[in-house]
Amino acid sequence: MKEFGYQRVLEVSEAIAVLGADPDARFLGGGTNLVDLMKTGVERPGRLVDIRELPLDHIEVTPDGGLHVGATVTNSDLAAHPEVRRRYPALTQAVLAGASGQLRNMATVGGNLLQRTRCGYFTDVAGPCNKRLPGSGCPAIEGEHHNHAIFSASEHCVATNPSDMGVALAAFDAVVHYETADGPGELPLADFYLPVGDTPHLETALPSGALITGVSLPPAPVAAHSRYRKVRERASYAFAIGSIAAALDVRDGVVQDVRLAFGAVAPRPWRALAAERALTGGPATAEAFAAAADAELAAAETLPHNGYKVPLMRNLVVAQLTELAEEAAR
Amino acid sequence: MTTTTGATTRTGAFGAARTRVEGREKVTGAARYAGDIPLPDLAHGWMVLSTVALGRISSVETEAVLAMPGVLAVLHHENAPRVNLDYMGTIGRPDPILGVFQNDRVPFMGWPVALVVAERPEQAREAAEALVVRYDQEQHDSAFFGGHPDMYTPADSPFGPAEATKGDVEAELSASTFVVDAEYTTPEEHHNPMEPHAATAHWDGGRLEVLDSNQGSTMVAAELAQIFSLDPASVRVRSEHVGGGFGSKTVRPHQVAAAMAATMLQRPVRVVMTRRQMFSTIGYRSPTAQRVRLGADASGRLRVLDHRSECVTSTVHEFIERGATMARVMYDAEAHHTSDRVVRLDVPTPTFMRAPGDAPGSFALECAFDELAEKTGIDPIALRVRNEPDRGPVSGLPFSSRNLVACYEEGSRRFGWADRDPRPGVRREGRWLLGTGMAAASFHSGAAPSTSAVTAEADGTFTVRINAADIGTGARTAITLVAADGLKVDPERVRVVIADSDLGPAWLAGGSMGTRSWAWAVAIAVDELRGRLALGGDIPPEGITARSDTTEAIGALASKERHSFGAQFAEVAVDITSGEVRVRRMLGIFAAGRIVNPLTARSQLIGGMTWGISMALHEEAIRDRASGGLVSPDLAGYHFAANADVPLIEADWVDDPDPDDPVGIKGIGEIGIVGAAAAVANAVWHATGVRHRNLPIRPDRVLSAGTKVAEPGHAG
Amino acid sequence: MAPSTSSVITLNINGEKYTLPVDHRTTLLDALREHLDLTGTKKGCDQGQCGACTVLLDGRRTVSCLQLAVAAEGREVTTIEGVAEGDQLHPVQQAFLDLDGYQCGYCTPGQICSALAVLEEHEAGWPSAVTADVSPEAGPPPLSPDEIRERMSGNLCRCGAYVSIVQAVARAAEVRATGAEEAVA
Repeated sequence: MKEFGYQRVLEVSEAIAVLGADPDARFLGGGTNLVDLMKTGVERPGRLVDIRELPLDHIEVTPDGGLHVGATVTNSDLAAHPEVRRRYPALTQAVLAGASGQLRNMATVGGNLLQRTRCGYFTDVAGPCNKRLPGSGCPAIEGEHHNHAIFSASEHCVATNPSDMGVALAAFDAVVHYETADGPGELPLADFYLPVGDTPHLETALPSGALITGVSLPPAPVAAHSRYRKVRERASYAFAIGSIAAALDVRDGVVQDVRLAFGAVAPRPWRALAAERALTGGPATAEAFAAAADAELAAAETLPHNGYKVPLMRNLVVAQLTELAEEAAR
Repeated sequence: MTTTTGATTRTGAFGAARTRVEGREKVTGAARYAGDIPLPDLAHGWMVLSTVALGRISSVETEAVLAMPGVLAVLHHENAPRVNLDYMGTIGRPDPILGVFQNDRVPFMGWPVALVVAERPEQAREAAEALVVRYDQEQHDSAFFGGHPDMYTPADSPFGPAEATKGDVEAELSASTFVVDAEYTTPEEHHNPMEPHAATAHWDGGRLEVLDSNQGSTMVAAELAQIFSLDPASVRVRSEHVGGGFGSKTVRPHQVAAAMAATMLQRPVRVVMTRRQMFSTIGYRSPTAQRVRLGADASGRLRVLDHRSECVTSTVHEFIERGATMARVMYDAEAHHTSDRVVRLDVPTPTFMRAPGDAPGSFALECAFDELAEKTGIDPIALRVRNEPDRGPVSGLPFSSRNLVACYEEGSRRFGWADRDPRPGVRREGRWLLGTGMAAASFHSGAAPSTSAVTAEADGTFTVRINAADIGTGARTAITLVAADGLKVDPERVRVVIADSDLGPAWLAGGSMGTRSWAWAVAIAVDELRGRLALGGDIPPEGITARSDTTEAIGALASKERHSFGAQFAEVAVDITSGEVRVRRMLGIFAAGRIVNPLTARSQLIGGMTWGISMALHEEAIRDRASGGLVSPDLAGYHFAANADVPLIEADWVDDPDPDDPVGIKGIGEIGIVGAAAAVANAVWHATGVRHRNLPIRPDRVLSAGTKVAEPGHAG
Repeated sequence: MAPSTSSVITLNINGEKYTLPVDHRTTLLDALREHLDLTGTKKGCDQGQCGACTVLLDGRRTVSCLQLAVAAEGREVTTIEGVAEGDQLHPVQQAFLDLDGYQCGYCTPGQICSALAVLEEHEAGWPSAVTADVSPEAGPPPLSPDEIRERMSGNLCRCGAYVSIVQAVARAAEVRATGAEEAVA
């Protein structure tokens, strides 16, 4: 780790000014990903701007009945908040499925959105990786990739986004709010992550120098009937090999509203819009759920060792929607 | 032939559970491990490892790094002092990785190429990362697979022959009513003790002092003396508390590098390995590819047992993961063949890891037995009982004791085995398929020469001095109890001093032989001390000391098959939607000699079984063919069981005192893992109807293999 | 202008104030171990992947290896050295000792600090990943063995002491509940 300057800021404007004055500066939130990557040499900032004491640590119910979550709210506080648990239970479950109690106490909502991939080639600075060192190559494609992307990857990078929280946010149409020197802005989560293409090192559409100030969730009655399920290679404290956020509103056996998003299958949280379209207005049956999953998974492009993710995600769609439908029927 | 220790029965009952002698230090953070001990003027060394898998170092560009803040020295092959590796160590010839910085050869990815020493650890780290090392890279071959064309049969070793044959395997196979012929693989596995290897070396009054984390200070001191050509008396190694070892904490490059740097700089130098560095410098368990062929007659009696195991070693040192040896103890057959073969590749040298050989070997052998039970329609326990040998199947020697059937009976009763429906794939609970499985366990029981001194102090207390190592086994407490029992005093009056090479030679914490070897030495000294105290008279201020050396007694032990045994039981649930396997309960019943302290013994056995869960479901280091290195060599990439993976595990034992040991101990460090992964794998078959012969049983593998269930399930 | 890469900071640890110069790269873990000789907090992976370095920061469990020391200024740090009341072990410590909730002991300080926080988090009504119903109306789940296992999963133990760790945390929770009842009575 190289030497760096450190500055704690108390106002958003100050944070943006300090960052803007030093191209080598980075924001420091919980540090659970950044400090780790600094230790492995993937990240080498010259200055850290500590934003943990910015007044962005609140969760508020918005006038329209949605929620606004400040960027420095910790993962723990997000998961424990009564309104999140009541209105968006899958979000609480997703956050609780991530990392460990210790890390959730440190990690922030803004930082979670910006966490880097856990691809083992990305974190090995001795080897090639197009995301870390553009143009150096992607050893995962020919090498170890059993937990790499089946959607939206490219010949330059097949890494996945590791966030659990992001999957639930994607299902609930979250909007990311940010502040720049030129004023505030917002990005729907659907547009937040850039296509991989031949620029896997460029990950988000955030303008240069922007500070994420929060995330808003529009009101979504269907979200009250939601679940997050995570599949991983040990029972806890491991990244997903496949996960799903699902919400379902069924009346008289007909799907009124449905939300589906997948984790660990793409370079971003994967909103399963094709599956949602296939289901909305149709019957809430296992056959329909399976057909919807197939509609989504038709676009999957698998590598030699990650093909299992297709039946895995299909099974998760069917199982989670079936459970939610059974609950609705009770 | 009799041993010189006389009476082998002791009437004093241990029996009672005792909390650890050092427990208070451990729960308050007061226990100091090797990297915790402050020293004035301490400098910090950071190892630099090769980033190529084969080649030569063409340059080490030290100039820029030496100019960095706080940097004191960069040791590398052009400036490091020469060392001696031409010696026979405690557990064989030294691994050439101990000859750090001796030449420009790089035989594998992660080979130590330099040590950067600085005033502060963060300075050393940054300088080590900044150090430019250039290589002339060569094409490596690091890919292990069964049937590799360069596989060879190694020479016989002190651990036994590489190959053992009796009878005509092919003829007996042809004559068998039931035949199992199956191939199994186990992956590369790493010890990962929670405490990284750490050593602080300094010169004090003409002696090299090393504060270390190791499994045996006698071994480390003796070998450091050899390596640096020093008088053995001028090296002192201590390791008061050790944060786990599992076979990895022997002599390793960090101690050598720290001693080199301390010598060059003439000040204390500490070298602590990073977690990632541990994945290439401390050894690991070789991957194995195994083939087991069992042939049985109509009654289930074996006509043939053929177990062939293949493993990998490095190009610089030969270590054999002896997967096929357990079969020589477990089951007899008209034709019996076992062999261990190895291939040399451009990978780090493997080493002993908890239950070396038997952990992977038992997976293949005990799964194959389950397959034979399925084929013959005989209950897996009944099949094993039918094939119990009365003498060593290959050696022909008698067993010192073999209470395996008692383990089956007690285990069967407590696990509820009698009620088991043998049909696979018929138990369903929501999306979970349920199954149970069992396997047998065995591990060699041995003792090695040790010395000890026991002193009756003038104040009525006793001091035991023995160079034992407590790596979490509870040895310090066990020795206290053995001494107190022999002295017929309350354990509170016994103080045990361990982990210091100045205490005199003693065996290491390894091979399940530590506590047995130390207790033997202590028991003899205690016997002698009691005799002297019985003569009466006052105890002088310096106390009365009795000393022991078990070399002669252990040398006089008759040749026998000496082993611990056990029966492992597991119940699993397999999620048919995700392929996730969860162990719901486990039971292990062991015949493992006399149990000194039930509290810590149970912990150790359960710990071994927990390793079995990890081995069955989680552990796997993935080596990248292109780079020759590991992918994600850290604790996020290399999974072992977290708390949530481990259900209520019960471990217990049957009465099984070793008749030839003065305390009756056999050793319990490794038996807990043996057979545990097989029990889990057999339960997965019972749940799903599909055999999983490749570890770990990952969700993707379960999902891809599908299920053979009685009723149609979900897709997948 | 190149920023200063070190600072003089004051850390509040176990109720005592320590003023020290730190290189900004210094983690809280290294500050405790290398600067203040508070070596009870252990370094197992230095990457937030094992939990051995767990301390309480403003009462919440944190992995100190990913917490920069300079960023911990002004916050209350509790390490394993601050858990007992003098010679009187905390009930969590006593339960680990009595039930053999460890073997080598290296992960133990982190396990104990984590367990302290688990009891607080549970009392505050926080759900976990194995809580069936996370809605606030469902109320806090009983601290079952499965709940303890999940909540303690951020602390790896290679010796395999999880079975007795779970029992120790359960006993500490019982002691706490009994204490609370007695306090009310």
